[in-house]
Amino acid sequence: MSKTYYDPADLRKFGNISEWNEELGAKFFDYYGKVFEEGALSAREKSLIALAVSHVVQCPYCIDAYTKDGLQRGIEKEEMMEAVHVGAAIKSGATLVHGVQMMNKYEKLSM
Amino acid sequence: MALLKSLAARKDDLSSPANQLEFLSNGVFKKGKLPLFKDKIAQTNHFPLKPKKLEILQLNLGYMCNQVCSHCHVDAGPDRKEIMTKETMLQCLEVIRTTGAHTLDLTGGAPEMNPNFRWFVEEASKAGIKDFIVRSNLTIILANKKYHDLPEFFKKHKVHVVSSLPFYKRDKTDKQRGDGVFDKSIKALQMLNAVGYSQEGTGLKLDLVYNPSGAFLPTDQNLLENDFKVALKEDFNIDFNNLFAITNLPISRFLEYLIASENYEDYMYALVDAYNPTAVENVMCTNTISISWDGWLYDCDFNQMLELKVASKVKHISQYNEDLLNDRDIIISQHCYGCTAGAGSSCQGSVA
Repeated sequence: MSKTYYDPADLRKFGNISEWNEELGAKFFDYYGKVFEEGALSAREKSLIALAVSHVVQCPYCIDAYTKDGLQRGIEKEEMMEAVHVGAAIKSGATLVHGVQMMNKYEKLSM
Repeated sequence: MALLKSLAARKDDLSSPANQLEFLSNGVFKKGKLPLFKDKIAQTNHFPLKPKKLEILQLNLGYMCNQVCSHCHVDAGPDRKEIMTKETMLQCLEVIRTTGAHTLDLTGGAPEMNPNFRWFVEEASKAGIKDFIVRSNLTIILANKKYHDLPEFFKKHKVHVVSSLPFYKRDKTDKQRGDGVFDKSIKALQMLNAVGYSQEGTGLKLDLVYNPSGAFLPTDQNLLENDFKVALKEDFNIDFNNLFAITNLPISRFLEYLIASENYEDYMYALVDAYNPTAVENVMCTNTISISWDGWLYDCDFNQMLELKVASKVKHISQYNEDLLNDRDIIISQHCYGCTAGAGSSCQGSVA
């Protein structure tokens, strides 16, 4: 069996992090559960945000989890891909906006 | 997509209920990674699982169907020839006239394909059962001219129609149920609406059944119902009463799909993780008797497909005795996790 840093089966063990610090683990999972409840945003909207963020932070566990969550909620693939593009646009925009810094520095250093 | 053949016609190993049950007791369950269903319900003091008051008699009129859905737990299709005979129907009518159950639920395959279907509905509707359900796959109404008047026939006998529609969009529905199924289903729903189904003041009920088109569990039934209602009304001017969200159980063709797509283990983990003791209190085997095309009695339709006959002296419709049946232990295996996950699942949708 090939060794990899990421094992899809590890996602099921996420809850085990509480075994080594019960108090902080419990606080985190309580907070996590609360965040995804229906609120000013619907649980459906939150699922799409989570999917986009999962891609930006490049978390394979989160991508698996929120693709499945989206399917369960009846979110369609076109909606999922648009969400991923929103994340990608922000990430690429964040790179490109630094181009202004590059331009500023260039101008400053140039005669 | 070409019409599939049933597992039975393909002589697939999984067409054998014994092989399915063996598979479901091995792997992650054999290694102790996941608890057996028996042990899981024992932890919440639900073992042995016992029936409550009988409410629903579910009759399977045959495994023949005009569709070959990829998730079908019946392994139904045009190549299945198992059909309830008139003799067995007469035995069922005797029971229907005396039962304490308030609901009669006809299923299949496509129950309408049984040559004695209309005669049986006419006779059974005279018995004064409160809720008379026919589970229609919708496309049968358009499959042949002889079925075109089914909406009128259902209306005449005040049948409560329960129909499968996996999604309100074409791609997911056709992937699961076959090319063209969505368009035909929409047309059939419009025909049912046109004769008065789900229209105010008619008393004619039309419910839909949603089941996930893949290796995932259904979400909240009320949220799904709302999505279906908005989409079907906006896109096709269709009305319906309620949506039942049903979990796919890991048996028959859905089990085949889970194994082939390498989703089986994850799916079983998902079912076990979502185990809900409240759902156990109301699983359908506690208020239902399922009767097969050849008259054998089962705790539910899934146990019927796994050939797990009731654990009672009374095993056949010819010996039917409600008091004796109500004293039985319900037969369980790992497939039962499908009915206890999340909000639970039954032929009437969520149970918790």
